[in-house]
Amino acid sequence: MSDPRWSKSGDVASRDRSAASAYATDDARLALAAGARPRRFGAWYVAEHRLRVMWSYAQTIISTGFGEPLVYLYAMGVGLATLVDRNLDAGGVGYLVFVAPALLCSAGLTAAMIEFSYPVMVGYKWNPTFSGMHAGPIRPGQIVDGLVISVVIRLAATMVVYYAFMVLFGAVPSPTGWIAIPVAVLTGMAFGTLLMAYASTIREDTGQLAMVQRLVVLPLTLFSGTFFPLTQLPWFLQWIGWISPLWHGTELSRVATFGYAEPIWLTAVHVVVLVAMTAVGWLWSRRIAVRRLTA
Amino acid sequence: MIVAQGLVKRYGAFAAVDGISFEVAPGESFGLLGPNGAGKSTTMRMVGAVSSRSGGELKILGLDPDRHGPDIRSQLGVVPQADNLDTELRVRENLLVYGRYFGLPRRVVAERADELLSFAQLEDRAAAKVDALSGGMKRRLTIARALINDPRILLLDEPTTGLDPQARHILWDRLFRLKEQGKTLVLTTHYMDEAEQLCDRIVVVDKGSIMAEGTPAELIRRYSSREVLELRFGSDRNHEVAQALQGRGDRIEVLPDRILVYTADGEQELERVSEAGLHPITSLVRRSSLEDVFLRLTGRSLIE
Repeated sequence: MSDPRWSKSGDVASRDRSAASAYATDDARLALAAGARPRRFGAWYVAEHRLRVMWSYAQTIISTGFGEPLVYLYAMGVGLATLVDRNLDAGGVGYLVFVAPALLCSAGLTAAMIEFSYPVMVGYKWNPTFSGMHAGPIRPGQIVDGLVISVVIRLAATMVVYYAFMVLFGAVPSPTGWIAIPVAVLTGMAFGTLLMAYASTIREDTGQLAMVQRLVVLPLTLFSGTFFPLTQLPWFLQWIGWISPLWHGTELSRVATFGYAEPIWLTAVHVVVLVAMTAVGWLWSRRIAVRRLTA
Repeated sequence: MIVAQGLVKRYGAFAAVDGISFEVAPGESFGLLGPNGAGKSTTMRMVGAVSSRSGGELKILGLDPDRHGPDIRSQLGVVPQADNLDTELRVRENLLVYGRYFGLPRRVVAERADELLSFAQLEDRAAAKVDALSGGMKRRLTIARALINDPRILLLDEPTTGLDPQARHILWDRLFRLKEQGKTLVLTTHYMDEAEQLCDRIVVVDKGSIMAEGTPAELIRRYSSREVLELRFGSDRNHEVAQALQGRGDRIEVLPDRILVYTADGEQELERVSEAGLHPITSLVRRSSLEDVFLRLTGRSLIE
């Protein structure tokens, strides 16, 4: 400022400039401080939002959460079992014990399917709430993470109730049976995150999700060793089980609930496949979220 | 607050924004005015730190949005063109969940939610479903939501598009209050009256570039006359009469349905037109508006 070469007007201009830059750094400091918490906890805020939305349809969640196990366990495990137990060798246990872990995993898959399809379509397209989150300090990946967290919580609650009914029906002879709860959650996530990734790519809704329900979920439910062992299928259909998260989850749950006899390596394969599918679906969804929201 | 220099956004070979430069000072109310497809919304998305730029420089609050998106966005309030309120939640809940995104404690969010509901004149609707609100109410709720983090800059993309006149005036009144409180506003609009009501300074944007910049009054002074005489001779005769009118006023503009004569004194010009034996079906003398500025700059009308 004391430099004699500065003209009077130059003096004013440079003072203006330095005032402006001081202002800018203050602004920047404030922004960086305010951005710190959302950077760290953004996914939890998204989960909080999702859980609040779920609470708005809690009646449905609770009634299906209690109704479904009651109806299915009774119909399959008690009703159908009277017929099956006379004819089928289900690994040395009654049909109820055989089918209950499959029903549990299937319920996990169905619930995950609902929570990962409709909210994703809403969030990107029908009423772009994801854009709203992203207009705030939430990053696209955090939106996906938040969805995953909320669905894990929702599935865990539903699976605990389902498992309680299994115990009441006497379908869990083994003390390690509770492990079926996290396994069923994982089964839901393995299928659900892949479905989320697919749903994230849908730009024009022409009923693709209904097709997924009919052409993917239904065959998976029928041919994943759910109601009868996979080995009962002709060899050329057995591959369905190997790519089906439901088969891996079901077999794993059976090991937990009644000590289903299978080689240890196969049990390891179930875990690896389910974790891998979850990871692929999750990461893929994150990538699509970045691409779709930051275009 | 915002410094943009040579800002470019390309989608493939198409440049939606083609080298836009502007600055926004604290407390200023700044408008991007232009027709649909001019690149306003794309510019807003870049300023909102949700869309990365293809070229040029952009600093918001002294930070680069490519590196500090979440930090910048924590200081912004965004009102998007289409409401995206969560229709599965109640009115007040929308504010609560949104406030949490900024990492604000629940107690603070709850207090602000109540204040903002009263600011948005929605206190008695707190427990209503979002879908039960009118269009104007939804817009006000969206603005309340954008204010939940007490933002430094409020970005509004076409804030009153699709609202009826009464709802627009209520909204303008709310926005004007924010302006009085010293909030920095950046808004896009294709409504002249909106820009004139709310903006201290405007850039006129067309085809991704800035055509002109200034206060509404400056722009009118620079690119238009004080008054405009609108003459309707019927769509069949307009063109023919236009020939006879050549040379009148500062200049004339022939639109499909009417002829505009730009002049300092509209009444006097109208008299001269009558003296010349030309009798319009209807005539109207009005003050120049930004619509005229836009017409002059682009040769097109704003709402097509």
